[in-house]
Amino acid sequence: MTALLRVENLRIELATRLGVAPVIDDVSFELAAGETLSFVGESGCGKSMTALAIMGLLPDKVGRIAAGKILFNGEDMTQASDERLRSLRGNDISMIFQEPMTSLNPVFTIGEQIAEVLRRHKQMDKRDAWKRAAELLDAVRIPDATHRVGHYPHQLSGGQRQRVMIAMALACEPKVLIADEPTTALDVTIQAQIFDLLEDLRKDMGTAIIMITHDMGVVAEMADRMIVMYAGRKIEQGDVHTVLDHPRHPYTKGLIACVPHLVATLDEHRPPLTEVSGIVPGLQEFGKNECLFASRCDRVVERCLRERPTEQRFDKDQVSACWQANTL
Amino acid sequence: MSGNTNIDQARHPAADAVAMFFKNKPAIVALFVLVLIIIAGLIGPLLYPIDPFDMVWAPFGLPGEDGFILGTDYLGRDLFAGILHGTRVSLQVGLTAALMTVLIGVTVGALAGYFLGWVEEVLMRITEFFQVLPTLLFSMVIVALFGASLPMITFAIGLVSWPAVARITRAEFLRIRELEYVTASRAAGAKNLKLIFKVILPNALPPIIVQAALMVGSAILFEAGLSFLGLTDPNIVSWGQIIGSNRPYILDASYTVTFPGLAIFITVLCLSLVGDGLNDALNPKLRQR
Repeated sequence: MTALLRVENLRIELATRLGVAPVIDDVSFELAAGETLSFVGESGCGKSMTALAIMGLLPDKVGRIAAGKILFNGEDMTQASDERLRSLRGNDISMIFQEPMTSLNPVFTIGEQIAEVLRRHKQMDKRDAWKRAAELLDAVRIPDATHRVGHYPHQLSGGQRQRVMIAMALACEPKVLIADEPTTALDVTIQAQIFDLLEDLRKDMGTAIIMITHDMGVVAEMADRMIVMYAGRKIEQGDVHTVLDHPRHPYTKGLIACVPHLVATLDEHRPPLTEVSGIVPGLQEFGKNECLFASRCDRVVERCLRERPTEQRFDKDQVSACWQANTL
Repeated sequence: MSGNTNIDQARHPAADAVAMFFKNKPAIVALFVLVLIIIAGLIGPLLYPIDPFDMVWAPFGLPGEDGFILGTDYLGRDLFAGILHGTRVSLQVGLTAALMTVLIGVTVGALAGYFLGWVEEVLMRITEFFQVLPTLLFSMVIVALFGASLPMITFAIGLVSWPAVARITRAEFLRIRELEYVTASRAAGAKNLKLIFKVILPNALPPIIVQAALMVGSAILFEAGLSFLGLTDPNIVSWGQIIGSNRPYILDASYTVTFPGLAIFITVLCLSLVGDGLNDALNPKLRQR
């Protein structure tokens, strides 16, 4: 497996009022061409930060890459010039966002917005770009695309707008697509359609997808491999089936247990919903040399408070950062 | 969208604003009057070719006397001719000064609101410097120093008025730069200039347009104020200049200052009403009303 994107020991520091906090602490992973990798975790655990770092879009003067490398096709993006990053963004690496309602510019037609990307990166002329925009809208299954291409964002529904975002992201046939909770703002039925669409496009174009989500169901359906993040650290990684089947970290276990199960009839016994009790520690705790999950863990031992767990490898490339991983 | 459910009809957001504007009756009337004033300014002097500097009749001829509808001033000059010729000057000063205000203000505000950091610090301190200067006094100093020509008067008005536009633009940029479609455009590889002018500025325009419309009115008032104080090109008739030169006779022949005053009043009022109409039309929060 050759890695298309390789992130090595990435550390992102965020300037807060209480000082500098590592919101991403020593995270490494690889993404192979054409695969779907899923990032899972609670809010604020660093999933979106990782995505923004890959895009080179960390908020100015607040967040910075303190250490590590982001290698895309062997080129270190943390060292690349702004000019170079701009030529990669939207071209080789694209991103779709959580909020389709606000991710499109309200004063331009969707056709203009898609054509803009094509003209920028593919040097297409106005007419070709417009034609291609209509084709792309058709490819993301917007009915009557040749007509719809002249519409403004406010004339589309949320699901349609997300399709437009996908069309825009895929306009230049990127090698990597980062999807930051692409369906959180949409209906469940639309959600399934969007996933089908992404899946088909991945097959057609061979685009690798990084899917950021907090929904285990999404992971199970979409991803080949998954990475579980907690408090800015990678705590478990592996093939989706292996991890869901046999999680090697108490947090992953907790997340899986949180997914409600459907029952056939209403009077059937329904197991009570579980939760992972407690909350993610505050940012000021983030750099500490201890297991940050310890305060919420029922298997905590003395060592967890003394030393940050190292990554332990298991069969099928499963990796867990837990001192107790063997016993799980 | 004012209850328009027909989504097949591709409408630019500006089309909605125009439709909204035309529901506002005072604004339409004001716009109509304004168009008349502009036409009068453009072709009036051709249709009524009496030189406003010529002494055509006895001084203080009452309105209506011997064909002079608005009478004559203290030197026996035709007041109506003066007001008609002055229209062009007043509108010209108003529009040019407003344009200058918008150009400076938008540039400064956009750069400050987009780049933040030291760029913003420097630009906003300069803006504040201009804002704390007493505007009338400052413009008088410029005109007095560099000569009372029309371009200099326009320049002086523009120079003292731009901070308001700069601050509005900056505020809009600060708001819009954080919106997701800006991040999305950035993620699609857009350059800074593109983000400023093609992504953020079009969305920031509504309040700037409103401010510009109001600015035309205030520039006309400003010019009138300067000419009233005698800071004007003596070879050009303007409304303020007529009022200024007839000032000593305000008690004996009040109509000599009333008519040009009315001209200013009506023009500025109309500009203000149009500005309000634009504000209502361009403000999406009010569009539902």
